[in-house]
Amino acid sequence: MLVQDYNPASAQPCPPTQSGSMAAARPLAEASNLPDTQTEISVQTQWMLAVRDARDRDAFAQLFDYFAPRLKGVIMRNGSTDSQAEDIVQDVMLTVWRKAHLFDPARAQVSAWVYQIARNRQIDLHRAAKRPLPEDLPVLDQAQDDASATIALEQETEKLRKALTKLKPQQREMLEQAYFHDRSHSEIKSQTGLPLGTIKSRIRLALDRLRHELKEVNT
Amino acid sequence: MTPIHHHIPEALLADYARGALDEAFSLVLATHISLCDQCRATLGALEAPGGVLLEEAAAAPVSDAAKAAVLAQLDDALPQQPVYRKDRLYPAPLDEFVNDDNPRWSKMGGGVKQMILTQNASSSARLLYIPAGQAVPDHGHNGMELTLVLQGAFVDETGTYAKGDLEIADSDLEHTPVAAPGAPCICLAATDAALRFNSLIPRLLQPIFRI
Repeated sequence: MLVQDYNPASAQPCPPTQSGSMAAARPLAEASNLPDTQTEISVQTQWMLAVRDARDRDAFAQLFDYFAPRLKGVIMRNGSTDSQAEDIVQDVMLTVWRKAHLFDPARAQVSAWVYQIARNRQIDLHRAAKRPLPEDLPVLDQAQDDASATIALEQETEKLRKALTKLKPQQREMLEQAYFHDRSHSEIKSQTGLPLGTIKSRIRLALDRLRHELKEVNT
Repeated sequence: MTPIHHHIPEALLADYARGALDEAFSLVLATHISLCDQCRATLGALEAPGGVLLEEAAAAPVSDAAKAAVLAQLDDALPQQPVYRKDRLYPAPLDEFVNDDNPRWSKMGGGVKQMILTQNASSSARLLYIPAGQAVPDHGHNGMELTLVLQGAFVDETGTYAKGDLEIADSDLEHTPVAAPGAPCICLAATDAALRFNSLIPRLLQPIFRI
């Protein structure tokens, strides 16, 4: 699922849109009626929904305790000082609270949603130019969350987690660099002297390996 | 709206997901994603590894003061939420680059106009306005060029591109986009190097138009 070569000329006539994530909504209450193969909705998702739907401060405090130290760890790896990192963590967590109405558990895992907020915050701070974001999609009816889509997404994420454990340490490190480091390809090049193609192919190797692992986990 | 046929390749979308692209390319991709549910879903999939890696990242203890400061701000008034008009010509990512009421077009000859939106040493993004039936001069590229159709359509050697379609051209492609009959074609284009034109006059004009 993760990577294919850039092939500019072919510019991709694409497969038809998949209806998966946009499937008909079902109330969350039905989650308990799903067959045994389905898992519970994760506690992080439950906290996030409580924040979104009820502005639940206790749930937000739980989210803070879970994500803030992890965010801080990642940010400090990029060379920020302790207090700079805490400033960024505060910004990110406040954004989580303020943008909670845009969280859709059928479209994104909480951690992935927090990840992209943190990524943008870091880019805004460290680069002269911004990273423009897609137009926000409103969550049209919060009472109609699609429980089965939410659980399916969490199961996919579990598979991804398993696949990640099978990466070699070096490949894992490469992916962490790619996802966490606040540098574009060209900036990495100027710091390491590595040609762009080498950097891209290393990242691609790590992603290819991950895709391969995902296939094995899925069969 | 007509279905979108030309999307963002996954490798390029992966670079966007993890923040590796600069402003001009990010602007084009963000605008396409605003129009395209399929690429929005793929972007979500490509952000998922970032989420899992975050969950598993080594934690650094956060001070009680930092937590208290955040909790103390939860009651602050929310910033005004923008209201988007789905049917408009320029999707939300273009908001801060285009003044809808007073667009700053400059003429390039033959009725073709451009508006430079952002530009630095490594890349640039611009809007192109091409009257129906009119060709953009034959050109190749030194680097990569992304072209996203916002209105009308264009046709070149590789196919037809209508609203929401994204064409990706690299240094191997020499093409002559021609605007389809009907409405003028308006495109958002980003390049990561100066385009090199094949004919003498456009080449002489290149420094002037900065394409």
